[in-house]
Amino acid sequence: MQGNFITTRLNAMLGWGRKYSLFHYPYVTACCGMEYMSAACAHFDIDRFGAGWTRFSPRQSDLLLVIGTISQKQAPVLRTVYDQMTEPKWVIAFGACAVSGGIYDNYAVVQGVDQVIPVDIFIPGCPPRPEMVLDGLLKLQDKIQKTKQDWRWKKQQS
Amino acid sequence: MSSRLQTQARPDSLLINMGPSHPAMHGAVRIMLELDGERILNSEVEVGYLHRGFEKTCENRTYFNLLIYTDRLNYVSPLINNVGYVMTVEKLLGLNIPERAQYIRVLMSELSRISDHLTCLAAMAMECGAFTVFLYNMKAREFLWDVIEATTGARMTTSYIRIGGVRADLQADYEAAVQKGLAETRKVLKDVHGLLDKNKIFLNRTRDIGVMSPENALSYGWTGPALRSTGIAYDVRKAHPYLFYDRMNFDIPTGERGDNFDRYMVRMREMEQSLRIVEQCLAQIPKAERGLMVDGMEPAEAIRAARTQKPDRPIKLSPNLEGSEKAVTKDILADDRRVTIPPKEETYTSIEGLISHFKFFMKGHGIRPPKGEAYLSVEGGNGELGYYIVSDGTDRPYRLHLRAPCLPLLAALEDLIKGRMLADIIPTFGSMNIILGELDR
Repeated sequence: MQGNFITTRLNAMLGWGRKYSLFHYPYVTACCGMEYMSAACAHFDIDRFGAGWTRFSPRQSDLLLVIGTISQKQAPVLRTVYDQMTEPKWVIAFGACAVSGGIYDNYAVVQGVDQVIPVDIFIPGCPPRPEMVLDGLLKLQDKIQKTKQDWRWKKQQS
Repeated sequence: MSSRLQTQARPDSLLINMGPSHPAMHGAVRIMLELDGERILNSEVEVGYLHRGFEKTCENRTYFNLLIYTDRLNYVSPLINNVGYVMTVEKLLGLNIPERAQYIRVLMSELSRISDHLTCLAAMAMECGAFTVFLYNMKAREFLWDVIEATTGARMTTSYIRIGGVRADLQADYEAAVQKGLAETRKVLKDVHGLLDKNKIFLNRTRDIGVMSPENALSYGWTGPALRSTGIAYDVRKAHPYLFYDRMNFDIPTGERGDNFDRYMVRMREMEQSLRIVEQCLAQIPKAERGLMVDGMEPAEAIRAARTQKPDRPIKLSPNLEGSEKAVTKDILADDRRVTIPPKEETYTSIEGLISHFKFFMKGHGIRPPKGEAYLSVEGGNGELGYYIVSDGTDRPYRLHLRAPCLPLLAALEDLIKGRMLADIIPTFGSMNIILGELDR
């Protein structure tokens, strides 16, 4: 029983550590980037929730924010960036275009980034308000806390 | 890798990609570089990573519905895009706009222009390492967006400027809010001047880098702040005055050398001029001759009341933007049922209002400009933003073309960075304010 107790506590501790130290990679392509800037800056300040560190390097980040329209031409690039990120990693689809293609239902635009990469949290809105972004981030943190943490540094079977 | 660069590259040079996923490439520009050490021998710019089919989509949308797509062209200053599109359609229709609506358009355009320049300089400075400037500029932008939000109901993609006028009247205490925004912006501009103007690092990266001559700028088709930085004082607001810009008193700041620093400086000084225009607007806007709606009737209640007699009280809508009521509409929307939505109390309480509402939105009806074509340009954040619309008499445009000011700017980038260092791309690209939404469309 005691062994189990330690494992659970370690799990919770790892989750706590991971959810409050999200290094994010903003994959900004379009309009939503403006609201991302607002969310990241002084007025709304994403740093209050432990995600202040913007890393423009996929290798050093664990949260991929897909911000804006992903066109067919852009999709392979996004996939490459996602593949380059190390486990554990999470993805937020930020804005209507990333969620579903939004108002651009045509030949040029990918109808939702979940066709290209797995997505954890969808934040709708065209563009979403910074408050919604922060709400989405909190939801992701809940999710991270509640999942079973892979603490043996083994690659997850998915 | 690109074919041209690959086939012509020297065997000892290094070929690398910059972008499309690069923090300074605004998300979606790819520059392929042939490098000798850190020096750029050749480069090739590839665009199209944000092609969203804007022009083709517009051919399948009614004149009213495609307004939302114009918001997302230059997403740093959506209201100017709206103004440009709407004025082109109005030119096709030959429509006259109420005076108050025109002033509101000028006011909103200038607020957008300030936030456009603030964002551009914020990004440029951040990419050069001046993170403080980024935070300060974003702070000022928030205060301006507060004004925009309180009036239009949205922060960014507002779709506020409508064909025939504007969607809603200014909010009740707009003057105080605008004054607050202006004061905050002035403070920030002063701080940014202090942080950057004599900053050695910033000067080293911007002075005499990315130099454009006036002749080349013209032959490339540059407009806007980038052209003015070379010394040519061309501004659509002065050259072909639209709205009430001829009633406003403002200068056109110009540069001398056409380098990155001049482009920065022109934008900074242009913001001061825009602040002046906003102040003049506040003073000149005709006062509305009506009290604010204090008590009203919910729509459902009004419909019930209208079954027996016409309700005398105004209808309260929720969320209640100023401007759905009859008393307000005449100030801010043209009095022409073919092109404007009837006020909500008419729609809810009279059969005539309901029918004109339906006719406005029914397929094949709505706004139908006469056969013909029109081109009109406004001064956008980056330069001359022009719309060319061909109408075949139906409710959808036969063709809509956008003259994006960014495209000529980006076309010149290869020339500007040739022979320079790799790090010079960042401020050169940043000072141009390339917005992919309008470039790739």
